[in-house]
Amino acid sequence: MGFSEHHSTGLSGEIIEQTGVHVEKCYQCGKCSAGCPLSDEMDYPPSLLLRMIQTGDKELEEKVLKSYTIWLCLSCEMCYQRCPMEIDIPTLCDYLRSRSIEKGHINPKAKNIVKFHKAFLNSIKNTGRLYELGMIANFKFSSMKLFQDADLAPAMISKGKLHFLPEKIKDTAQIKRIFNKTISKKVK
Amino acid sequence: MKIGIYPGCSLTGSAREYNQSVIAIAEAFGIDIEQIPDWNCCGATAAHNLNKDLSLALPARILTSAEKHGLFEVVVPCAACYSRLMTTKHELDHDPVKRNKISEIIEADYQGKVQILNVIEFIDKYITPKLDDKIKRKFNNKIACYYGCLLVRPAKILKYDRAEDPQSMDTVMLKLGAEPLQWNRKVECCGAGLTMAKTEIVAKLSGTIIEDAQHQGAEAIIVACPMCHANLDMRRKSINSVLGKKIDIPVIYITQAIGWALGMDDKKLEFFRHFVPVNITVKEVSV
Ligand code: SF4
Ligand code: SF4
Repeated sequence: MGFSEHHSTGLSGEIIEQTGVHVEKCYQCGKCSAGCPLSDEMDYPPSLLLRMIQTGDKELEEKVLKSYTIWLCLSCEMCYQRCPMEIDIPTLCDYLRSRSIEKGHINPKAKNIVKFHKAFLNSIKNTGRLYELGMIANFKFSSMKLFQDADLAPAMISKGKLHFLPEKIKDTAQIKRIFNKTISKKVK
Repeated sequence: MKIGIYPGCSLTGSAREYNQSVIAIAEAFGIDIEQIPDWNCCGATAAHNLNKDLSLALPARILTSAEKHGLFEVVVPCAACYSRLMTTKHELDHDPVKRNKISEIIEADYQGKVQILNVIEFIDKYITPKLDDKIKRKFNNKIACYYGCLLVRPAKILKYDRAEDPQSMDTVMLKLGAEPLQWNRKVECCGAGLTMAKTEIVAKLSGTIIEDAQHQGAEAIIVACPMCHANLDMRRKSINSVLGKKIDIPVIYITQAIGWALGMDDKKLEFFRHFVPVNITVKEVSV
């Protein structure tokens, strides 16, 4: 089967429907992977990730959702800027991440990245603004990386770069409602 | 006319000297600048990594608050917040279905009336035209302007500067007497979003940026983003240990650089909050 028969079905079709990103347009020039600052660290460089989705193969699609690549992607937008077909890979990665969470496919090497994002959002959910000190403590505790960067927080405090107390916005109740109507429906 | 400012979380904490310098130069030019009332966090990387609707709703709440209070022009000094706000504006302005959905979530009508300026657009529009008369001292240094990712990409949405070789900061620094260098890492990523979760990667990415700046002979790196600053300045110790050498090139916000040229002192510009000392490499030249 040529891939033209796949492009509107399976993961590829789902991606078009949900994000408008056309993975089938990729002609594997490799520019994205060449410019991606993290290609070397990824299990599949971006162009390969796209190829895997193009095949429409169920096993490969599962590998995509279980990949480390989608969590490592920094949304630096370099690939999108340089892609001759204007394929928005960062938006694609955003979508693949949310599917990966829903399916319980988070790559084991990405656990701390996900924990960090959750610690960040928990902080905003409660006060409407990021409480850096609380978020750092929360993340370090949940990731058990208590000693990494151990000297950074005290140095930041001595330079007056960290608040001791969270800043709260007035309408925190509304922020909670926004969370309830969006992410809290899906991620616990 | 009143201009709104969206400081974002970093500018109240780890990047407060950036906020300070934006306000200081605005005051020096008599610009009336007001914080968006009851602003919330834009959601940053975390929100768009985990949930699309949340990543649009948080910035939309900020923009509608600006609209409600008659702030139709808003400067966003943090490049990461700028990117989130611009992306949200782009998506909601072009898609009525999305706009309605998000308006419902934030319990307010998003109207799309706010014009968003990054810090350099703000400088170009309100500071540069009157800058020459106010300069009290000039830089006499080779500098590397570092733009990073989100100030210039994706060009399709931001429609700002040249994506691969931006010039806007270089132009401002040239006016301040500095010699902006041609270098290779102007728009390379510092690793911002992974700063806490994958520190090794960040040190590596930021390391290549600092090393190239040094290689080209830069005496200072000029930035317009608190994430870039945090990675290049606060994390310098771990970067230096990854590089296996000690590079002590300071990292200065573009607004601090302007403030310095206007004659403001260290106390006002808060260079003392930086991890890499600033005073050594700045050579003063009378105008
Ligand atoms: S740059 Fe675009 S067309 Fe080329 S391989 Fe990457 S996604 Fe495909
Ligand atoms: S956006 Fe992601 S995939 Fe694209 S170049 Fe940046 S890190 Fe790589």
